[in-house]
Amino acid sequence: MSLQAVLIVVAALFCVGLYGALSQQVVVMVMMGLELMLNAVLLAVAAVLWFLAPQIDGAVLLLVVLAAMTVEMAMGFAVATLLHRSRQSDMTDMAADLAG
Amino acid sequence: MGVLSTVAFWVLAAAAVAFGALVFRVDSMARATYCLAASFVAVAVVLLLFRQDYLGVVTALMMVMEMAIMAVYMVMFMGMNPALMPMSMVHGRRTALALSAGLFIVLTAGILLVPWPSRRDAPVADVTHALGESIMGHKMLVMLTVSPVLFATIVAALVLALPRGRYDRFGDDLRRRPPADPQPGGVGR
Repeated sequence: MSLQAVLIVVAALFCVGLYGALSQQVVVMVMMGLELMLNAVLLAVAAVLWFLAPQIDGAVLLLVVLAAMTVEMAMGFAVATLLHRSRQSDMTDMAADLAG
Repeated sequence: MGVLSTVAFWVLAAAAVAFGALVFRVDSMARATYCLAASFVAVAVVLLLFRQDYLGVVTALMMVMEMAIMAVYMVMFMGMNPALMPMSMVHGRRTALALSAGLFIVLTAGILLVPWPSRRDAPVADVTHALGESIMGHKMLVMLTVSPVLFATIVAALVLALPRGRYDRFGDDLRRRPPADPQPGGVGR
């Protein structure tokens, strides 16, 4: 196992998440894509921490990524609730008011 | 790392990617939730292999709980048993697929072509202890930043999710007294 191997796994996870975030219509499924991308970031930081710079700073960064995942989840669920209440829908296409 | 750890890593990595891909392939949202939870648990175990004991356990616990909440949301909003309802709700599938595949090729090329440096220091002996000391010591600013962000998230999520705002209670000019609440009561009312 090498850093390159782990990072290729990270790239695969990230791109699967990107595909989901771009292609899904249901808000909760878009959130799942974003979660997968953050999951990949988590693994990337842990790998760099283990293989390159095993200082504790990297673990603190992991903690920040976990906090970001929490924020994303909470805000995503709140937006899904708001969207469902105001539009009776959970689809992103029904909330394109601000699209340019 | 030993051979056993290497084999475990590859099995877990394959599981993480496969379950991640299955999230968008299975025909029900409940199954998608389970697949995402499995992907997260696989990554959490890889974190344990990298000696990130605390963060690995926190990741597994947090994500399993999150997936449980997601399942509840699906039942709430879709008004059905999502495990029994086939679904495929996608848009721009080919574009998304092309972008993702292109990014994977670019990232993989970068990963393989970059001359990565070698490890400089020995790993910290007890990462959990060192992390605790760090965030309570010279990295406390990180926690001081994360804490208000999390609190602001709670407030913002409640403001977005609550069905009634101040205009519902006090009217468009905010002058209605007493406020129109479904349940009367409260201090001074």
